[in-house]
Amino acid sequence: MADTDTRIQPRKKGLTRRQRRRLSRGAQYVVFVAAVLAFAFSADWGRLKNQFAQLPIAEQMFPDIITLALKNTVLYTLSGFVVGLVLGIVVALMRLSSVGPYRWLAGIYIEIFRGLPALLIFIFVGVGVPLAFPDVQYPGGTYGKVAVALGLVSAAYMAETIRAGIQAVPKGQMEAARSLGFSPARAMISIVIPQAFRIILPPLTNELVLLFKDSSLVLFLGVTLEERELSKFGNDLASTTANSTPILVAGLCYLLVTIPLGFVVRRMESKSQEAIR
Amino acid sequence: MSTPEIRVEGLHKSFGDNHVLRGVDLEIGQGEVVCVIGPSGSGKSTLLRCVNLLEEPQQGTIVVGGTELTDPDVDIDAVRRRIGMVFQQFNLFPHLDVTENLTLPQRRVLRRDKAAAEKVAAENLARVGLADKAHAYPSSLSGGQQQRVAIARSLAMGPEVMLFDEPTSALDPELVGDVLAVMRGLAEEGMTMMVVTHEMTFAREVADRVVFMDGGVIVEQGTPEEVIGNPKNERTRHFLSRILDPAMAEVEDVPGKTEK
Repeated sequence: MADTDTRIQPRKKGLTRRQRRRLSRGAQYVVFVAAVLAFAFSADWGRLKNQFAQLPIAEQMFPDIITLALKNTVLYTLSGFVVGLVLGIVVALMRLSSVGPYRWLAGIYIEIFRGLPALLIFIFVGVGVPLAFPDVQYPGGTYGKVAVALGLVSAAYMAETIRAGIQAVPKGQMEAARSLGFSPARAMISIVIPQAFRIILPPLTNELVLLFKDSSLVLFLGVTLEERELSKFGNDLASTTANSTPILVAGLCYLLVTIPLGFVVRRMESKSQEAIR
Repeated sequence: MSTPEIRVEGLHKSFGDNHVLRGVDLEIGQGEVVCVIGPSGSGKSTLLRCVNLLEEPQQGTIVVGGTELTDPDVDIDAVRRRIGMVFQQFNLFPHLDVTENLTLPQRRVLRRDKAAAEKVAAENLARVGLADKAHAYPSSLSGGQQQRVAIARSLAMGPEVMLFDEPTSALDPELVGDVLAVMRGLAEEGMTMMVVTHEMTFAREVADRVVFMDGGVIVEQGTPEEVIGNPKNERTRHFLSRILDPAMAEVEDVPGKTEK
């Protein structure tokens, strides 16, 4: 009997579970360190530094890169975000409408503008619209153009996010509001949409980060010196100095905004989770 | 009761192929408290939800306080201001604190100014015994407290009729009493009430009339003594025996009976 009962016998052959786990983790560290070392030794740091990290060139970018380029980038992004948000709410409500043609129109809008590269939309807004309607002027010149282009791109994404947010608000909320005598529109505005926005704050902020980067496409619209944003500014200076340092500095400026923004999103995410339930 | 406060006539309601209400007639007089009981899937919640048109019936007439709700041209928002509704799941607005839950509907719907709305809110919170929770958020309240806030929110609109859709079914047993006490107080003040409930003690002690529904029709109605104490219909007897003494009930298969 004793020799048939193997249930409590320790495994004799091979490695134990713990030994195997330790070995696997060790192997992963070795691969990681090897990859980092290979990268560090194979790159030509001298030439890289020469091309991307020239301190005198970086210095001459200030303060314009902040006071002009970064300011413009933020301005383009925010104006595009506002247009996109308003348009996005309208499209989301159309998508949820009981009127068929509204739903179809919203669906078509979303499919088209979500599917097209942002660059094409910039060209369409910057070149196509002025050709088709020569008398129409964008309010605010380039700023208006960018707001419309970025707004059209982001509205398609935001509409889907907002729709999901509205649908995530429990049905009982609308019923309670209607029972109290709210009209459907008022219930939507006072009760449902505020709760929907609480739910979708993190994805909306992500959209803001995406827009921040897409604002670099302004350079295809042709801008004056005062209207340049980070990418155009860095790119221009890179060609006049024949050195890529300005590009690196411009890139760092993007991170200066996006990294804190990501931090804020994570904070909001954990906070809104506490608040809702 | 000369003119009934609520009058339901020949009501039919289907969800797709599911014929939930199959011709319901019911009159509730002013100040009357009517408890609707019945097995799940009997259509009692649907009937209640029809009375403020949260569900639109396919056929039949509903008149509340002299206004026909089933008239296609009725201003439904105006009628609903006179009908308070309390839900099983409370449905407080989670993004607003307790006072705001009570004042926002008054201000947006009744156009009361802030001070007046806050005064009414404070009165009604005191009425349900929650004056000290005025600035709490719903998520920090127990289920019983949330339900009492929901009742206060309805009362703040000054309704003539109150509808209760299984108001204690989502509560832990020890929290049921507070909610029932508030409802009993309302009944004693003379509020017209229609209550869908499984609380037989409440029905027996507070209701003026008990209505038993099964299969989308009213099977039996009368005073609590008649319906609960001495049911005439076999289906009523069967239902009551199961609900009053669930430990003694036998397993039975009820096909396709689901209710929200």
